[in-house]
Amino acid sequence: MTERKASTAEIIRASLKRRYRAERRFRLYGIAAVSFGLLAVLLLLTDIIGKGHGAFRQTYVQLRVHYDPDVLGIASATDPAALALGDYEAVVRQALHQRFGAPVERAERRELSALISNAAGYELQDRLRANPALLGASETLWLLADDDIDAWFKSRGGGAEFTSRMSERKLAWVDSLLEKGEIALRFNLDFFTRGDSREPEQAGIGGAVKGSLLTLAITLLLSFPIGVAAAIYLEEFAPQNRWTDFIEVNINNLAAVPSVIFGLLGLAVFINFFHMPRSAPVLGGVVLALVTLPTVIISSRAAIKSVPPSIREAALGVGASRMQVVLGHVLPLAMPGMLTGAILGMARALGETAPLLMIGMVAFIVDIPHGFTDPATVLPVQIFLWADSPERAFVEKTSGAIMVLLAFLTLMNALAVVLRKRLERRW
Amino acid sequence: MSLVNLIITLALLIAAAYFWAHSRSLALAKPLGGIRHLHSLPLYYGLRGAIWCGLPALVVLCLWLMFDDPVVQSLVLAGLPADAVPAGPAERSLFLSTVVNVASGALPAADQPAAVVAAAERYNALRGTGQLLVAVITLGVAISGLLWGVRRMSPQLRARQEVERVFRWALLACASIAIFATLGIVVSVLFESLRFFEAVPLTDFLFGLEWSPQTAIRADQVGSSGAFGAVPLFMGTLLISAIALLVAVPVGLMSAIYLGEYAGSRLRNIAKPALEILAGVPTVVYGFFAALSVAPFIRDLGASLGLSVSSESALAAGLVMGVMIIPFVSSLADDVITAVPRSLRDGSLALGATRSETVKKVIIPAALPGIVGGVLLAASRAIGETMIVVMAAGMAAKLTLNPLEAVTTVTVQIVTLLVGDQEFDSPKTLAAFALGLMLFLITLLLNVIALYIVKKYRELYD
Repeated sequence: MTERKASTAEIIRASLKRRYRAERRFRLYGIAAVSFGLLAVLLLLTDIIGKGHGAFRQTYVQLRVHYDPDVLGIASATDPAALALGDYEAVVRQALHQRFGAPVERAERRELSALISNAAGYELQDRLRANPALLGASETLWLLADDDIDAWFKSRGGGAEFTSRMSERKLAWVDSLLEKGEIALRFNLDFFTRGDSREPEQAGIGGAVKGSLLTLAITLLLSFPIGVAAAIYLEEFAPQNRWTDFIEVNINNLAAVPSVIFGLLGLAVFINFFHMPRSAPVLGGVVLALVTLPTVIISSRAAIKSVPPSIREAALGVGASRMQVVLGHVLPLAMPGMLTGAILGMARALGETAPLLMIGMVAFIVDIPHGFTDPATVLPVQIFLWADSPERAFVEKTSGAIMVLLAFLTLMNALAVVLRKRLERRW
Repeated sequence: MSLVNLIITLALLIAAAYFWAHSRSLALAKPLGGIRHLHSLPLYYGLRGAIWCGLPALVVLCLWLMFDDPVVQSLVLAGLPADAVPAGPAERSLFLSTVVNVASGALPAADQPAAVVAAAERYNALRGTGQLLVAVITLGVAISGLLWGVRRMSPQLRARQEVERVFRWALLACASIAIFATLGIVVSVLFESLRFFEAVPLTDFLFGLEWSPQTAIRADQVGSSGAFGAVPLFMGTLLISAIALLVAVPVGLMSAIYLGEYAGSRLRNIAKPALEILAGVPTVVYGFFAALSVAPFIRDLGASLGLSVSSESALAAGLVMGVMIIPFVSSLADDVITAVPRSLRDGSLALGATRSETVKKVIIPAALPGIVGGVLLAASRAIGETMIVVMAAGMAAKLTLNPLEAVTTVTVQIVTLLVGDQEFDSPKTLAAFALGLMLFLITLLLNVIALYIVKKYRELYD
């Protein structure tokens, strides 16, 4: 018997099953990879939103407040100095005593006043200042509750009720409030307008958002014109020489330098050498301008490249100079692309944290900054600071701040996409 | 005259210069019979006037702003009796800052010694004189520049060329800022690092196995010997980056292949932008996610399996960092895979290879240099990533390769050493710059290699 050699077709047929299995397996790996990525997106977003949605509502307690001149220690409500010195906390305490009965023990008294945030005193002061006729009168108000009450109230009914900082007494008081509907979640406007605070219920992102806006303004003002000018030079004027090559190498290099290094630059050069003010938006803006400059240059160059040469040739043909061609024709036509690039660069700058840590924008700053040299912090750094805080209520605040940050970023990216779609011209 | 007022005055003057030179050019053209007898458009004469007025004045102003403080301060010191000024440079700068604070009213003058008060008064007087002087000089330069520029105006003057030359130099200056930024980084980091290496030998830093940057304030203090061996930091960085790449490279590469070669356009149009979201999320958000969700999850998972997992495990930080660089890897891989010519793909399929065989045996080998370059770029990004590790990795330097333990990284230490109050002459602060130098060099090297490989690959098909 002669052994018949298997023909190629047979070998292939015999291996087909195995090969198709390998094909299916490979496909499955691909699906697994894509699903892993999508799952990560989903997990990240649901985790943040799940933790942070509560930050936009805060627990308030309804109390009847009597502006007693004797308790306040204010004789006349028209005297600003006396108004500032009034003992508003005592008024809140009195209102609490009236509602729950005067406590006997010291511990009980302390727990009772801990129901209400100490921001309530300031609110009373503001109300009295706005309306001096309230002195001696009474009104029913919704006052900000303490963060422990807030955390308990929000976790109520869920699986893990947060009672570790709630005593029996506190629970009894809150239950009685709950029965009468005198405790409720209300929209937390303060979260958007206030500055940072050590008390979670009073902490807001107003100061950080303002700081981010001021910083981004400086960044945009510096990196957009400089980036566009650099792109114009490199695309339209640069001669083929060593200096040009050197510029190109440096731009590519800057784009790849870890952002934390820019913080070192800011610290060593701008603070220690040029004596720029620490923690100020102007310094943060300069540093972030350097971080985003490569992005802006690269996208601006792409925009200039996309302007067809025929435009330049036509303009040159009717006698325009090189500079006139660029400023009068190329630049306006490339502007949508450049703006898109600038917005994406700003989005990157808005999320940047690491270099700002080095230049002192991590300070605890309560006041809302009003100028470019006021100490300020920015939104991502605020998130970083809050993420470090031990109070449970700050987890919610942090996630809420992240949601606001992501909303801003989404907005900017959407703007970039719309701008590109609306203004992009196909040649 | 305050600086703001001076700048406003100068701006007004420049605007006036533009209009004056503009109308002068029209006046020059009128007797000749219209502006076509001028060499340039009136616009350029106007711009030229504005440049002649503004440019020299701005240069003078900038020079003044750079040098006024040291000049005034040395004048103040020179004006004091010799025994009133402290001897050492550190005491002198403290004395000066006291003087400046008293002068600005930030410190009450009543509690200060007479010499300080006198110096503060002199400081204020000198500053006042200086401001007046700079205002006079700047405006004088502006006006004389303008007069000189306008006097030279004639119908033959090549105003456009002059203006365009200035514009061109300005463009070059803007382009050169990238060079100065790099130079600034190198000089600042290198300079401080050299000071660090004066205190700590380079070999101790590069090969030392112990890192505890707390230096002793008293000699007999315990546990503050101040060891600056960076090996544990490099190991920690490598460990976390390796975990990140182990996640990001397979997932990024496979999703690029799947979306490019297999998926229909509907899935691609949804999945691609969805994955891009990962690239747009700020790193501080990843850090929060890693520290508060992923790390506890991994710790609990480990505990239920009977493993002891640190709550700041390298695994959590690396995993989240990997997720962060997935879109980076996948978009780079996508670029190089689509750059492989269609003909190679078609040839392989025509010979009867399945799609996965085409990908594995034809496309990936052809795209390999690009993929390797992309992985190197991803590695450099992982090494330089800061916020995730600052928030989710540990602070204590430990020489270990166990991903379940807490390690620290180069970037974590830079941030820890520099956040907060620092004195600028302690090795502790300077160590951050030495670490920064290492980080800069490593990422630079990785990028150069990556670009070299990518460039070499491009020559294959162009």
